[in-house]
Amino acid sequence: MQQLSYFELVGFGPNGWGWALLTATGMTIAVATCGFLAGAIVGTFVAWGKIGGNAPVRWLADGYTTILRGIPDLLVIYLFYFGGSAALGAIGSLFGADGFIGVPAFASGAMAIGIVSGAYQAEVFRGAYQVVSRGELEAARSVGMHRWLMFRRIIAPQVLRYAIPGLGNTWQLVLKESALISVTGLVELLRQSQVAAGSTRRPFDFYITAAMLYLVITVVSTYFFQRAETYSLRGMRRAS
Amino acid sequence: MDFAFMQEAFLRLIAGVPLTLNLAFTSIAFGAIFAMLLALMRMSNIKVLDWPAQAYVFVFRGTPLLVQIFLIYYGLGQFRPTLDALGLWGFFREPYWCAVLALTMNTAAYGSEIIRGGLQAVPHHQVEAARACGMSGFLLFRRIIFPIAVRQALPAYGSEIILMVKATSLASVITMMEVTGLAAKMISQTFRAVEVFVVAGVIYLVMNFIITRIIMAIEWWLSPHLRRPPAIEPRLEAAHV
Repeated sequence: MQQLSYFELVGFGPNGWGWALLTATGMTIAVATCGFLAGAIVGTFVAWGKIGGNAPVRWLADGYTTILRGIPDLLVIYLFYFGGSAALGAIGSLFGADGFIGVPAFASGAMAIGIVSGAYQAEVFRGAYQVVSRGELEAARSVGMHRWLMFRRIIAPQVLRYAIPGLGNTWQLVLKESALISVTGLVELLRQSQVAAGSTRRPFDFYITAAMLYLVITVVSTYFFQRAETYSLRGMRRAS
Repeated sequence: MDFAFMQEAFLRLIAGVPLTLNLAFTSIAFGAIFAMLLALMRMSNIKVLDWPAQAYVFVFRGTPLLVQIFLIYYGLGQFRPTLDALGLWGFFREPYWCAVLALTMNTAAYGSEIIRGGLQAVPHHQVEAARACGMSGFLLFRRIIFPIAVRQALPAYGSEIILMVKATSLASVITMMEVTGLAAKMISQTFRAVEVFVVAGVIYLVMNFIITRIIMAIEWWLSPHLRRPPAIEPRLEAAHV
């Protein structure tokens, strides 16, 4: 059999894996985005607990961020995948179903990423909240805003503005973490490259392509985060 | 929670600790040297040196570590005849060396940025003072710039070391049986994910806790000039007696 050239291999021709790789790239972006958004929600609550909670809540929130940042992400992914399946199996056996019920790899992966990145995002939000000027919060309270209104009008917009650079870093982490979900069999970019490498026996070509596609996502998202940052600072006075 | 099972899990997983620490420290040691080289290349103001270093850092920080590990362990297998001819196949055949190589190259990229930050934070007047005393070149670097830079970079390098201990877990994907590898094996045998996870998590937390303490101790030892002078013991005043 004639050896295919690199561009035939990863191209969009009859023997090419181009479409498969592009779809998988979309899957990587989808699972990373879901995980990132889940992490934003978790992170908001944890940051709230750290800032405004009473002693036990603060202690719990601190414990959460310390633990999640101290253990490998791969373990968390295994926990959600196998632990979720075990939980589903237990529920299934109540209804008479027996045997292994797998959690969808997408859901367990996005949840694992959300839980891990929530710990990082909590720190980002907490840091950003501390930059919000105390005077503005007092002013909001003095004109009679209650908590939710103050959060919506005063805190959230400013915290988001200061948090954008930190969120950008967290997004890069999340994107790279999403490659770990390939161990649960979700066909994202790395898993698809594995499959293609196995069936064509050209592992280097596919893994280097995957690396390049990850770089492309990184570059594009860096650009968007920079755009968001300049947009969010449009009304701010600049130093110098 | 089944404590008998957790004790069994602990005994099985603790056997993976030496390999985890071995992978982490081998790659951190090699990676630090490589990182130093990269940082010096980036600060050399010579384009031929600066550009490759910049590209290297960009590529290794912008792609997932797992892709790098697969690229080295599985990907290079595509060039087996060439590697055989060069006598390098013995190296790339071993998952241990592939993992060490990938971790080393990865930490070098992150570490070089930390070291560069440390080098750039060396106060200029210190360098000028040293020059005024007649130091230059390697002597200046060895006596003034390097010691100050190390102190500046140490806290950030400490978190990089913790990240590396966590990153060794990825070696389990290429069959290395360190703590995460043993945990994954045990989970898939027993399907008791939560218990095994708790045990493995505690092992990692304890390792990382001890490492942070060691780094804090080194920081303390390296900065006697920042410490408070020992308090003078309050003595009984004899004057009023």
